[in-house]
Amino acid sequence: MTRIRFQQSLEDLKENLLVMAGLAEQAIQRAIEAYRTRDLSVCDLVSRNEIAINRLERDIDQAALDLLAMEQPMAIDLRFILSVIKINADLERVGDAAKNISDRVRSMEQMAAAELPVDIPRMSTLAADMVRRSLQAFIEADAEIARGVLTMDDAVDAMNRAAYKALTKVMEEQCHLAPQALNALMICRSLERVADHATNIAEDVIFWVQGADVRHHKSVAEPPKNATPAA
Amino acid sequence: MTDQCVTGLAILATVLVIAPLAAIFIYLLYKGASSLNVAFFTQIPKPPGEPGGGMANAILGSGILLLLASAIGVPMGIGGGVFLAEFGRGTKLANGVRFTADVLNGVPSIVMGITAYALIVQPKIPWLPFTGHFSALSGGVALGIMMIPTVCRTTEEMLLMVPHAVREAALGLGVPNWRSVLSITLKTASPGIITGCMLAFARVAGETAPLLFTALGNQFWSTSLNQPIEALPLQIYVFALSPYDDWRRLAWAGSLVLIVLIVLAVGLVRYVTSRGVLKGAS
Amino acid sequence: MGVGIEVTNLNAWYGTNHTLQDINLHIPANHATALIGPSGCGKSTFVRCLNRMHETNPVGRVTGTVKIGDLDIYKDVKPVQIRRRVGMVFQRPNPFPTMSIYDNVAAGLKLNGYNNKRDLDEIVEKSLKNSALWDEVKDDLRKKSGASLSGGQQQRLCIARALAVDPEVLLMDEPASALDPVSTSKIEDLIFQLKSQYTIVIVTHNMQQAARVAEKTGFFLNGRMVEFDATHKIFTNPSDKRTEDYITGRFG
Repeated sequence: MTRIRFQQSLEDLKENLLVMAGLAEQAIQRAIEAYRTRDLSVCDLVSRNEIAINRLERDIDQAALDLLAMEQPMAIDLRFILSVIKINADLERVGDAAKNISDRVRSMEQMAAAELPVDIPRMSTLAADMVRRSLQAFIEADAEIARGVLTMDDAVDAMNRAAYKALTKVMEEQCHLAPQALNALMICRSLERVADHATNIAEDVIFWVQGADVRHHKSVAEPPKNATPAA
Repeated sequence: MTDQCVTGLAILATVLVIAPLAAIFIYLLYKGASSLNVAFFTQIPKPPGEPGGGMANAILGSGILLLLASAIGVPMGIGGGVFLAEFGRGTKLANGVRFTADVLNGVPSIVMGITAYALIVQPKIPWLPFTGHFSALSGGVALGIMMIPTVCRTTEEMLLMVPHAVREAALGLGVPNWRSVLSITLKTASPGIITGCMLAFARVAGETAPLLFTALGNQFWSTSLNQPIEALPLQIYVFALSPYDDWRRLAWAGSLVLIVLIVLAVGLVRYVTSRGVLKGAS
Repeated sequence: MGVGIEVTNLNAWYGTNHTLQDINLHIPANHATALIGPSGCGKSTFVRCLNRMHETNPVGRVTGTVKIGDLDIYKDVKPVQIRRRVGMVFQRPNPFPTMSIYDNVAAGLKLNGYNNKRDLDEIVEKSLKNSALWDEVKDDLRKKSGASLSGGQQQRLCIARALAVDPEVLLMDEPASALDPVSTSKIEDLIFQLKSQYTIVIVTHNMQQAARVAEKTGFFLNGRMVEFDATHKIFTNPSDKRTEDYITGRFG
């Protein structure tokens, strides 16, 4: 086996990305926990994750850039490094989403508790599960697991749309609950984003392992149902 | 310390090599320079007892003989060299030719003379010109054959030194092999080949023994190939052994002139080579 | 214009060494095709079979068919004739050392008996312009010898010399491997321009070079052609694991 140093650099890159992934996953778990327990100290932990994640994002991008410039990677190595760069960005956004959720939790402290017709715990479990699976696909370089994640996105999207409908109704009919409803809506939005990022990560893993570009399969395959005809 | 020792030894060796040549030259200058005058280069020898005279006919005769020798030795030698390097490489025939050339190189010059005598001078064939008597032609042939091995081996070596890349370039252009050899390989090797020819030339310029039974010598002006002809070394040989002072003085002068001519020839070789190396195969 | 090359069941030997085994491929016209592979894999031998130079080696032997355009080069024509239609540029620049720049470029024509002076002037100028050397040497055409130019210039001179006989195919055996990066870039740009007029086959050790200049790339290994496909596919997602191992440097 030649290019041992290069292989080692690729392994190091993977390791660092996995550390980043761990931090992002942890951020989401903590944000969901903060929502469940309304514990502000957990929100502080999420903020700490955010700082570490941002720093790591810069480091990983720099390492990837150096490898591209110095080692002229080809084929699977090239696809791997490109995937790392993209997954890096998605994980950072996951961290941002976790921070947004924890900010919503903080502002909920000022509000009265309210029963809302949305199952945020279930939605958050699903989103966190998607993140975990997409990272497992990355660790094991398994395109099948990645494809499994792609199918889970539809469920989260459906839940988000339902939450939108239900919460809009609440805001119309029970105006005094508007702040809580808005908060809940924003949390659902953040969770939907997390699911999207997990999907992106899965697509990047498929690109790396199989060289196939499966992004935007829905919009490429068929036009959206409400599309206006071209003028 | 050892550096200086070795340098000293090297200088000593150089001096030992140059010394004999220098000694000869100086001695010849001493003995022969006084007899050099215009007459030496324009007149034929006078009978013993009469003052004056020169070796003009010998210089002319040497020139004619060497021209003839080159006309025979150079084409055959280059042809042989081209065969050995280009067309016959590795074949048994080529090995045989090379071996023959090497042996021919070692044949004593007097044996060459005797052979030419036996083949050309002696046989009395009425319808074949140039046979049956001493002649310039037989002398030229003897000298020419002596040139062949040197020219042939040098040509072969110089051709082998032409980089394979140059041949491939010619082949790649769709140039037939024979054309490539003639127009490119030979031309590239030409400075070295010319050196070989000049070395052979310089060698036979001073040969005496082969001319004893072939050209024989001639006291008078002669340019005919069918008649005996004089040559510088031959004349020197005869005059040096003669009992006449005039002739012996002429012999000294002749020796000096011969050496100078050979030095000029070798100098010409150096000049051609040094220009050729810059322009030739690199 | 260039022509396509069709290779069928090509086998080549150096004495008893079976250097090329069952090569089958189609080289498209007016494209540049790169051949990559480790040392000794047979890519140079292959290219030399395309202009019948392989058989100039006393122990070289070839079986199989090579068709350039419609012509079976091992049956229908003599080697000398093929080499006028298939030009070759070698790894080390090899201009004729005894000739001027002008004579070098015109050599292929003059040595084949073509002597019309006015035509030769035109052809020499066109070839030197095509090989991006004209501006640098136009004042010294007959004064400077071919060997007095720099390495990169010499190689462009060799390209001009090959182009002067107006071949249909240009074979290049690692043409830039002996050159510095600037000269290499110039040669690569040149290949790009020449593609539209000639069919170019380039053997290279430098994969980045193959990626830069060629539309199709073939990977040779141990005398066989392992994979032959569009260049971008070979370098982003090759089909054969051996190809991938080679281009990612995992080889050995």
